[in-house]
Amino acid sequence: MLLKHKDELTYSDVTPKGVYQNRRNFLLGLLVTGSAVLGWKKYSYLLNGPATGSVPVRLNNVKKWPYSTTETVTPENDVTHYNNFYEFGTDKEDPAQNARNFVTSPWAVTVGGEVKKPRKFTMDEILALAPLEERIYRHRCVEAWSIVVPWIGYPFSTIANLVQPTEKAKFVAFESYYDVRQMPLGPLAGIQLPYVEGLRLDEAMNPLTLLTFGMYGETLPNQDGAPVRMVIPWKYGFKSIKSLVRIRFVKDQPPTTWNLANPQEYGFYSNVNPNVDHPRWSQAKERRLGEFFRRPTLMFNGYGDQVAGMYTGMDLRKYF
Amino acid sequence: MSAFLRSKYAKALLFAACLLPLGNLLLRALHGELTANPIEFLTHATGDWTLRFLLLTLAITPFRRILRLPDLIRFRRMLGLFAFFYGCLHFTMWFGVDKFFNLRDMVDDVEKRRFITVGMLGFFLMVPLAITSTAGWIRRLGGKRWRLLHRAIYASAIAGVIHYFWLVKSDIHKPLDYACVVGVLLAMRIAAWIYDKRKHGARELSAGQPTTAEGL
Repeated sequence: MLLKHKDELTYSDVTPKGVYQNRRNFLLGLLVTGSAVLGWKKYSYLLNGPATGSVPVRLNNVKKWPYSTTETVTPENDVTHYNNFYEFGTDKEDPAQNARNFVTSPWAVTVGGEVKKPRKFTMDEILALAPLEERIYRHRCVEAWSIVVPWIGYPFSTIANLVQPTEKAKFVAFESYYDVRQMPLGPLAGIQLPYVEGLRLDEAMNPLTLLTFGMYGETLPNQDGAPVRMVIPWKYGFKSIKSLVRIRFVKDQPPTTWNLANPQEYGFYSNVNPNVDHPRWSQAKERRLGEFFRRPTLMFNGYGDQVAGMYTGMDLRKYF
Repeated sequence: MSAFLRSKYAKALLFAACLLPLGNLLLRALHGELTANPIEFLTHATGDWTLRFLLLTLAITPFRRILRLPDLIRFRRMLGLFAFFYGCLHFTMWFGVDKFFNLRDMVDDVEKRRFITVGMLGFFLMVPLAITSTAGWIRRLGGKRWRLLHRAIYASAIAGVIHYFWLVKSDIHKPLDYACVVGVLLAMRIAAWIYDKRKHGARELSAGQPTTAEGL
């Protein structure tokens, strides 16, 4: 009987030994290289020496602002080790790790645009413009987590009054420091840098809008926006731009980084609003760091009494 | 190598290895090292491991062929079941802990958020695969039907990667890494399929001529 096996292999089908061994070596090499690259990305920081960047120092003569929230302040370690600062990496613990060598001295802030007296401030000058206040604000991230932070600063209006905006000034544009040598992960952030933000002039002049130099009794740590940042407590956290170098008073609504990155998801106003969801997640509730259950999010992050008047008659769904 | 893969210790060893990620999370929990937002951290970690185990499961078939280690097949079921295991933990973190068994919140999310919808799809596709992973079910379904059903793992892995893509804000590097691996693993299957077909066709052409193998 003749048995026919079509699938039977002939000798010519056998791969030469050298070829398949090579392939094995190649694949093994690929595997080893791949893991080495991934491992380096994850563990290279272990080779870092001691931090060479600027470190926080105590701030003296800070008076307590009488309207601070009485809610429990978030532990400092949580605020410094769980945050977004995309110039230093996109994971929540990246900024603490990667901003260790960030040098923030000397530093200058340029203020210009539609103003009568444009000026460039050194850090010493800008710190001395007004008495420092400690203000405990709620801070709500667009990602639906929140913290309570004792910031130190003075109202932004101080600067504005000094440089005297002209009638043409309707908005304020802010720009962050950006230097790839200091922020090598910046190009991987997926957003356009330098980071830019903006406020309507009346928002910038609101007494809650804080030009901020410190937190928890000290100057700002690098990862939280040293040496000077904005804090706008009724807006999502990303509006509170970090490591400020430029302020311009302008006629037209300025571009803002997250709005440029994704206009459907991040509006110019970005007021905290539990009734307008992010397209991909609900904004109705938030997780306060350190708490187990989500808590309801408050309209304007609970600062409605101070800010709602600026938005009367505006459709907050359209101007989200 | 093959002898080791066939030994009874290999499976036990792999089983222990598959529990390492969970062990690591428990250890971190004991030391209070789950970051300032433990619920989010655990949700993300278990989600990551679900995807990784899905990819490992998908890697078995092409690699047992390329590395000429057919015994690797012994571990495919276990890896697949661990993907489901971490998937269950991930789902529990989201529904049980984050939403705290609030069915309304959950339904709202599934309806409104496409990243949740596609994630749920990926997860629920794994359920029938886990159930029919036993030898009894293979027998009951028959090899052909069973293999067809278990192709759902491709859909599950792709859904998982899309779920990740739609979750991130701007930095797509990590979902992209997973997407590349899924792409390569699926491409390897297509390449193998084309290769087999060609070879098969070539042999059919020369079938008329006598070869050494013929007549055996």
